[in-house]
Amino acid sequence: MGLAKRILQGDVRATARLLREVEEELPGAIDELKVLYPHTGRSHVVGITGAPGSGKSTLIDVLIDAYRRENKTVGVIAIDPSSPFSGGAILGDRIRMQRHATDEGVFIRSLATRGWHGGLSKAAANVIHIMDAMGRDVILVETVGVGQAEVDIMNFAHTSLVALVPGTGDWVQTLKAGILEIADIFVINKADKQGVNEVEVELQAMLQMGAYSADAWKPRILLTEAINNKGIDDVMEAIRQHRESLIASGRYEAHLRERSRLELFEVLKSSLMDRVFRMASEDDYVEKLIDDLASRRVDPYSAASEVLKRIVREGKF
Amino acid sequence: MTSGRKLRILVAKPGLDGHDRGAKILARAYRDAGFEVIYSGLHQTPEQIVQAALQEDVDLIGLSCLSGAHMYLFPRVIDLLKESKAEDITVIGGGIIPMDDIPKLKKAGIKEVFLPGGSLKDMVDWAKANVEPCRYGERKE
Amino acid sequence: MEGSVEQKPERMERFSTVSDVEVKRIYTPEDVKDLDFARDIGYPGTFPFTRGCQPSMYRGREWTFRMFSGMGSAADTNKRWHLLLGQGETGLSTAFDFPTLMGYDSDCPRARGECGKCGVAIDTLTDFEILTDSIPLDGVTTSMTINPPAPVLWAMYLAVAEKNGIDWDKIGGTIQNDMLKEFIAQKTLMLPPEPSIRLISDTVEFGTKYVPRWNTISISGYHIREAGSTAVQELAFTLADGIAYVQDVLERKKLDVDSFAPRLSFFFNSHLDFFEEIAKFRAARRMWAKIMRYRFKAEDPRSWWMRFHTQTAGCSLVAQQPYNNVIRTTAEALAAVMGGTQSLHTNSLDETLALPSEFAVTIALRTQQIIADEIGVANTIDPMAGSYFVESLTNEIEERAWEYINRIDEMGGMLAAIERGFPQREIADAAYHYQQQIEGGEKVVIGVNKYSTGEQVYPPLLQMSEELEEEQIARMIEVKRTRDSRKALQSLNALRAACKTDKNMMPYVLEAVKAYATEQEICDVWRDMFGEYRESSVHL
Repeated sequence: MGLAKRILQGDVRATARLLREVEEELPGAIDELKVLYPHTGRSHVVGITGAPGSGKSTLIDVLIDAYRRENKTVGVIAIDPSSPFSGGAILGDRIRMQRHATDEGVFIRSLATRGWHGGLSKAAANVIHIMDAMGRDVILVETVGVGQAEVDIMNFAHTSLVALVPGTGDWVQTLKAGILEIADIFVINKADKQGVNEVEVELQAMLQMGAYSADAWKPRILLTEAINNKGIDDVMEAIRQHRESLIASGRYEAHLRERSRLELFEVLKSSLMDRVFRMASEDDYVEKLIDDLASRRVDPYSAASEVLKRIVREGKF
Repeated sequence: MTSGRKLRILVAKPGLDGHDRGAKILARAYRDAGFEVIYSGLHQTPEQIVQAALQEDVDLIGLSCLSGAHMYLFPRVIDLLKESKAEDITVIGGGIIPMDDIPKLKKAGIKEVFLPGGSLKDMVDWAKANVEPCRYGERKE
Repeated sequence: MEGSVEQKPERMERFSTVSDVEVKRIYTPEDVKDLDFARDIGYPGTFPFTRGCQPSMYRGREWTFRMFSGMGSAADTNKRWHLLLGQGETGLSTAFDFPTLMGYDSDCPRARGECGKCGVAIDTLTDFEILTDSIPLDGVTTSMTINPPAPVLWAMYLAVAEKNGIDWDKIGGTIQNDMLKEFIAQKTLMLPPEPSIRLISDTVEFGTKYVPRWNTISISGYHIREAGSTAVQELAFTLADGIAYVQDVLERKKLDVDSFAPRLSFFFNSHLDFFEEIAKFRAARRMWAKIMRYRFKAEDPRSWWMRFHTQTAGCSLVAQQPYNNVIRTTAEALAAVMGGTQSLHTNSLDETLALPSEFAVTIALRTQQIIADEIGVANTIDPMAGSYFVESLTNEIEERAWEYINRIDEMGGMLAAIERGFPQREIADAAYHYQQQIEGGEKVVIGVNKYSTGEQVYPPLLQMSEELEEEQIARMIEVKRTRDSRKALQSLNALRAACKTDKNMMPYVLEAVKAYATEQEICDVWRDMFGEYRESSVHL
């Protein structure tokens, strides 16, 4: 017990333990999270998504370097897809960042997309909260960017960064709708390659089509060669400026509020469904309702209404 | 697995040995068995491996070494885990390991050693039978 | 034809090679009806060299018995080398320990526990002098399996020859020096791709000018195969690497292709599937001849030759019932000989457990000698030519390899393909597929998934001294203490300055080596100036 207390002191093992158990929403783990919640909201969260081959992991690796040089502590959440067949996963993003493994100021955690009890975005939110409470100035969240949950994660972050590479312009089309629209910073990595201009032009064309109010942040397009450490200062600067613009314009608060709203509704949804599943496993009330539904003795809305009424009557949460 | 929870496994290549064929195949086999596998990449120091294991809250560490340096590297990982009070993480090893070294490694804390020619199914079954995901509040601290 | 063959049920649904290429029940003239003797088979020593590079092959001179060896200290290795030469080996081959392979000294923290474990530890020229003690460098050729620090070890060899009054045009040997396959398979990594290739071009240029009998690169497929590739992938990726190197030397050094191409050499694996391997070797020669003649427009026939060393497949050996490995190695060696290899290493039966004992390495050497003198396969050249099966398989392997090469060309060449992870992924997939075939019993491994006995009978293994690391470090410290430190430092500074230019680095490495700078001191200059390579992704 007492994981929360240790996490607030920056204990690695306690943090790692709770990260795992909160995803499975074990009751004790949720209690720990409750203790931690007041201590969250301090980290700046940067969501990073990018095409395979965009050098995203290298980019994150050098960003970690840059933050550490500024004496900032860093948390990294690297999300990789689970196998749809076995439910298992190979999480290989650490490879690129392993040289930071023994730096106390860096905490790297790999997450798989599936198997999370409440859904990936809720899992990621909890992971972010815990790292936040542990005491990380910056949290970098790396995703592949092709699922709805990942759009939600990018929405959850303060700053969204999308990494592209010359020659993969068509990848832009495969990106889940929503990610490009919310990106604050576009990084064209491997900028020494052929085709940089085409990507830049395509991006700029896309951005012209958006409407930006006077005080809104205009997405930046930056060129980098992460492997040669070129352009990284510009990226750091852009992130810094984005954060400042959020604060100055009051959107930081609005964003925080919006995230909180989303989180509440997420938790409500899954808590409610948890209750329903528990009810379904306790007796055959739900099964009987389903029978009635199938034989058209009742309609879905009335059935749902009955379930809700029963939950409220029972008062067990 | 009793609780239906996924095992988290770190497959690591300590030392300078660059032969990663076996480690990668094992990682795939573990994934196909439904586990979550964190692969450390090549040329890891024991310190890097242990820190990764701690941060990722793994249940099992698989060390692969074909350069002959296992007698120093494997026990070193165990020692570092002990220092971090994490000796409840199971550690297994594989690679080019003379038979005579196996009892010594086990004495040092390596739970099992797998040699070339071993079957993937055996390694997966071993993990299922011998490694438990950490239980909240029940793990020795 | 089909009707005349009785339709008996077969043992398996599908018969295939180790690389999973389907093998038919029988091969007939139909399978080779488009074969043209002059165009596709021909004579040894004439284009396209399917049957061999030289007209007389083993009738004129046997392949070199070149046993890869190295252990512990330079003195230990020197002893093993003399033993092997005494037992009839005809060429030397050096195995280095991991710190040396990676450009680290024995006292580097990363080297802890690794010193001398899988090869010889070389820190300075002093070690190299001990290693080559009483070895006639003008009488025997030496191969060195070394990649990122290859210029350093080669410089040591050249320096020792010089000290012994032997002219560089009298010495011969090979440095592996093939970084592309490191990125793909062997993974002894130090510098990023660009500077790695630059150093390789420097050595090729230097060798062309000053050490004419030296093969400055051994373009390797062995390790690609060991990492789990199929025979076709081994061939295709090796040739694609070769294409990349030739292109680079042409562009960077502006040399005439015929001035360096004759000294390019290759290194292949000889795996379990007897006929597949023979076909692979024949296809290899034919393909390289065409590549050099038509793609690179080489005019000297010696540029069209593919000369190669072969090693029997380490990955085919098992720890269970280790004496069985002798038979595996024998079959693989036979395939290499029937495939026309220029030199051969045969693995020892105990190599899945430890470095080879004297007992085991002698058997491995005798394997080659018995094949050479007793079995009769060396009595005629390319005995498998004309076989419907082997010619058909040779064609099929060649065709499939061209497909890969074309794909790689489309990606922009091997460097680009490596960056995307293409060869790495192909290899990982092939490795996993093969493993699953073994697990499923489709592919048999005697002693493992068939006829396994569970009993453990092992031959006595080589024991290495516990004090090895300490002694080696002490030796190195002594060298550093007694050398002219100013001269050493000056040479390193000169090397550093050369890095900023595009001058050939070899003369600077030679100076540093002769000033007794350590291997790591030299490599650290490169790391400093060019950066270190970092593995980027798991490619699974």
